[in-house]
Amino acid sequence: MKILVGIKRVIDYNVRIRVKSDGSGVETDGVKMSINPFDEIALEEALRIREAGNADEVIVVSLGGNECQQQLRTGLAMGADRAIQVDSAESLQPLTIARAFLKLVEKEQAGLVMLGKQAIDGDNSQTAQMLAALWGRPQATFASAVELSGNKAMVTREVDAGLERIEVDLPAVISVDLRLNEPRFVKLPDIMKAKRKPLEVIPVEDLGVAPENDLQFTSHTPPPVREKGIMVEDAAQLVAELKTRGLL
Amino acid sequence: MSNILIIAEHDGQNLNPSTAKCAQCATAIGLPFDIAVLGSSIADVAGQAATIAGTGTVYAVDAAHLGDPLAANHAQEVVAMASGYSHILGPSTTFGRDLMPRIAALLGVNQVTDISAVEGSHHFKRPIYAGNAVVDVVAPEAVTVVATVRVASWKAVDGSGSAAIESRPAAEAAVTHSRYIDLQSGGGERPDLQTASRVISGGRAMGSKENFDLIYSLADLIGAGTGASRAAVDAGFCPNDMQVGQTGKIIAPDLYIAFGISGAIQHVTGIKDAGTIVAVNKDADAPIFEIADIGLAADLFNVIPEMKQLLG
Ligand SMILES: Cc1cc2nc3c(=O)[nH]c(=O)nc-3n(C[C@H](O)[C@H](O)[C@H](O)COP(=O)(O)OP(=O)(O)OC[C@H]3O[C@@H](n4cnc5c(N)ncnc54)[C@H](O)[C@@H]3O)c2cc1C
Repeated sequence: MKILVGIKRVIDYNVRIRVKSDGSGVETDGVKMSINPFDEIALEEALRIREAGNADEVIVVSLGGNECQQQLRTGLAMGADRAIQVDSAESLQPLTIARAFLKLVEKEQAGLVMLGKQAIDGDNSQTAQMLAALWGRPQATFASAVELSGNKAMVTREVDAGLERIEVDLPAVISVDLRLNEPRFVKLPDIMKAKRKPLEVIPVEDLGVAPENDLQFTSHTPPPVREKGIMVEDAAQLVAELKTRGLL
Repeated sequence: MSNILIIAEHDGQNLNPSTAKCAQCATAIGLPFDIAVLGSSIADVAGQAATIAGTGTVYAVDAAHLGDPLAANHAQEVVAMASGYSHILGPSTTFGRDLMPRIAALLGVNQVTDISAVEGSHHFKRPIYAGNAVVDVVAPEAVTVVATVRVASWKAVDGSGSAAIESRPAAEAAVTHSRYIDLQSGGGERPDLQTASRVISGGRAMGSKENFDLIYSLADLIGAGTGASRAAVDAGFCPNDMQVGQTGKIIAPDLYIAFGISGAIQHVTGIKDAGTIVAVNKDADAPIFEIADIGLAADLFNVIPEMKQLLG
């Protein structure tokens, strides 16, 4: 079985986000970029599935310009077998990304697609569900445990009410949550090895996919700031202050 | 026809308050709205939906296989009833986040996620980057708007109504590729985290599952819901459904008290809309004090017992 793993290049989660003064987006110049943390977890899970003998090949996929090859190389260094960059100069929206993924799924005959439950830039949480819909296959979103047996996957999902379990037939799309695993660290020799692993570049047009019904993002603004408050000295003052404000 | 369809969230017995919040958002958009209740034996829930002020018609789609919360089954039903609606809204809870993109893809549209404000029928605001930026989103007018409503940004609609209820059978057969197994609920009897007016949270500093009893006992004294940081959940001190933040729950209680939470952006984004934020942290330089309305630099293991005594 082949597993496709989506990898998005995003601003590193430790970076303090600044909105550009002209409102056109957020500052990315000279800012550290990384693999979306959820995608790293998706890749780690795919690698573990392969290492357990339940998959033959793990393919990392990213959609974007050449700069996302950096994140694909990191994915290869973690242990993916090969990489595909779907080349697109403009930033693609989830529906188009899901359509492009579907083309790759068909081309590769993938048995499983693992994606992050959301990317920490757009916080959309859409691509996995959209791909599953277009593919007419199961979606198991927000996974915190995945158990494969034969042609089925038992997935524990982190939902608002607790932990939900569903069983899905493969092929399927799984979107992963943070508690699923802890991604491995990349070692230097692996980085060297990754340089020799295959990285295929496919222009998005060659997949026969073009953006449609796109949303427009007309302006970006910083969020309202919360004013710095007061400090109290002890529990008694805290309780008194809360009572004064009518909160207790 | 220019109308809004709201997808109700419920657990089979009770309508989730997120539905009345979606109704508030629909009211802001300013078009008539209907509510779809999908499930099995849902007469009660449909009755509750019918009391939401401003509702046109409640469509109760009742079938055994809709009793399980499988997005694949629910999405195809919504698509079957979508024609004629200009907007389809669902909540930004895990229920809506699972379901709505599947609907959007089947309709061939992109989804507007986490609407926090309405600027026009096709113009919305929403937070991105864990709430560190707000973006204006304009959706194309020629196609259906499929959107999730950021529930922490909206109050439930006031007043009550008595909308007509129309029952209908499922339009589609159940999918066979997915099976619901069970739900293990972490929650006890405390107020629901997403709707509680007071929330008490603990972080990594709580140190153990046993020590979290301090959080629970203080919460019970003031009728609060309980939350946690990701670090506390990861460490196994408390169940996952207590996690507050970018990847947990986004909440807006009147009062939020954080004990031993450092204030990472991923946590803070979950409480930005709270009325009053209180932080107790023994490190006077902890970032949470930058956003706290009331701060106390002290050891939580002294502060909580003292508060309990003062409030007990
Ligand atoms: C993609 C991503 C998503 C994330 N999503 C979330 C999320 O949804 N929610 C979330 O919370 N986090 C999230 N995180 C994690 C987040 O970055 C922080 O790691 C986490 O919030 C830290 O939890 P904490 O404040 O409990 O622990 P710490 O950062 O370790 O802070 C513990 C605090 O306790 C204080 N302390 C220690 N002892 C005491 C004492 N006796 N009395 C008082 N204070 C004491 C310390 O001074 C310190 O400030 C996410 C991270 C990533 C990368």
